[in-house]
Amino acid sequence: MNISKIFLFIFLFSICKNLQAQDTTFLSMLNDSVAAHAKTTYVTGTFKGNHIVNMQTVESPAKGAMYFLIMHRFGALNSGAYNLFGLDNATLRLGFDYGITDLLSVGVGRTSLDKAFDGYIKYKFLRQTDGSNKNPVTADLLLGISNYTQRYPDKPYLDASYRTVYNAQLLVARKFNKFSLQIVPTFLHYNLVPTAQDANNIFALGLGGRIKLTNRMSITSEYTYLPPNQVVSMTVYNSLSFAWEIETGGHVFQLVFSNSQGMTEPYYITRTNGSWANGDIYFGFNISRNFNITKHAKLK
Amino acid sequence: MKKILLLIFICQVFLTVHSQVYLTRTGFIGFYSKTPFEDIRAENNQVYAAIDTRNKDIAFVLLMKGFVFTKELMQEHFNENYAETDKFPKANFIGKFSGNADFSKDGVYPVTVNGNLTIHGISHNIQIPATLQMKAGKLTGHAQFYIKPEEFNIRIPSIVRNKIEEKMNIIVDISCTPK
Repeated sequence: MNISKIFLFIFLFSICKNLQAQDTTFLSMLNDSVAAHAKTTYVTGTFKGNHIVNMQTVESPAKGAMYFLIMHRFGALNSGAYNLFGLDNATLRLGFDYGITDLLSVGVGRTSLDKAFDGYIKYKFLRQTDGSNKNPVTADLLLGISNYTQRYPDKPYLDASYRTVYNAQLLVARKFNKFSLQIVPTFLHYNLVPTAQDANNIFALGLGGRIKLTNRMSITSEYTYLPPNQVVSMTVYNSLSFAWEIETGGHVFQLVFSNSQGMTEPYYITRTNGSWANGDIYFGFNISRNFNITKHAKLK
Repeated sequence: MKKILLLIFICQVFLTVHSQVYLTRTGFIGFYSKTPFEDIRAENNQVYAAIDTRNKDIAFVLLMKGFVFTKELMQEHFNENYAETDKFPKANFIGKFSGNADFSKDGVYPVTVNGNLTIHGISHNIQIPATLQMKAGKLTGHAQFYIKPEEFNIRIPSIVRNKIEEKMNIIVDISCTPK
């Protein structure tokens, strides 16, 4: 009789358990399954576009996508009413960036300043993972080349090689929810520098960031520290820039304030001749438009 | 008395083990929008679904980041701006289905599914027609319905409003095997 009581108890208990095992447990069973089979996913959207302001970001166009980027800087704000506070003068860079794969991209551009052409190749070799801290950062290697074609009839010796600058950058970025931070150790090589005291090989350290204000609006900023005694024959400053970034559909629009007039690595890192303290501020904008050149092959 | 109880108990254990639950981890849910300006096609092939044929329970869980779009930029905008998938990583549904169905036999059974759909942290009760089909021990389910993003607090800016349909066309296809 004792044993049958125990059985009765177990029987009732198991019925209760069965009745309970519905609704919420049913859902939590699925949730447990999702958690158990979780795959590594990667953080996306560390930055909205390809540029913080002048500095490249770890982002790149997706496979088969192309960005058309217009970067535009007016003259310095302190150039007076005669020049309409810089609006009479403008520098422009037109660029195309194309994603060969989701991780590898190339780009070309031309800047009106010095009539310079530039090209780069960028490879994302590390991607920040979601949730788990397997990869805490996203990292890219960026290799670039720049060649200016401004004619100097008095300097016939300036051949293509003398006009070329190379740059190599390691872009390391992390997204902290609404805030993203990027550190960029930079190396530049000038084939020709103005005087013997100027260094051909130049090191610099860039720092960039973004704060999302809303889902489609953010403030970005970047600062590049150029250690002294590398560019000595001219007065140069560290580049400091801010942008107000707005995204609508396939466009990224940035309103820019910077003490750099140049927009590619050799120019903004080593040739920033404006100073914020003196009011040499260049106002301008970056407009990026995304085009899908090939159909994304992810879906069958 | 003892024997009867033991028998019932064993039956009970047996029933628990074989509590007719059908599961999948590779279910399909897609959503579609078609306007003259933009076609949106997003598909998720990693939908977790469970159907209990005895209690008529049905549940779905999916990771929002699992939606793959035809355009990478759309996918980024979906995750970053619309569904905010860092904040709301999952969508789920829990409910019951009603309708005459005899799952001991192969056949197609039209049912009505009623329950709570949670997307973007917002829950709504929905009632949709669906079909369940039992075939060779496999239970497949199919449903098609519409939802409005705004009902789930997913705001669509006016500048892109004419590129996205008012209602998203949702298609569900699952093929579950016994647990």
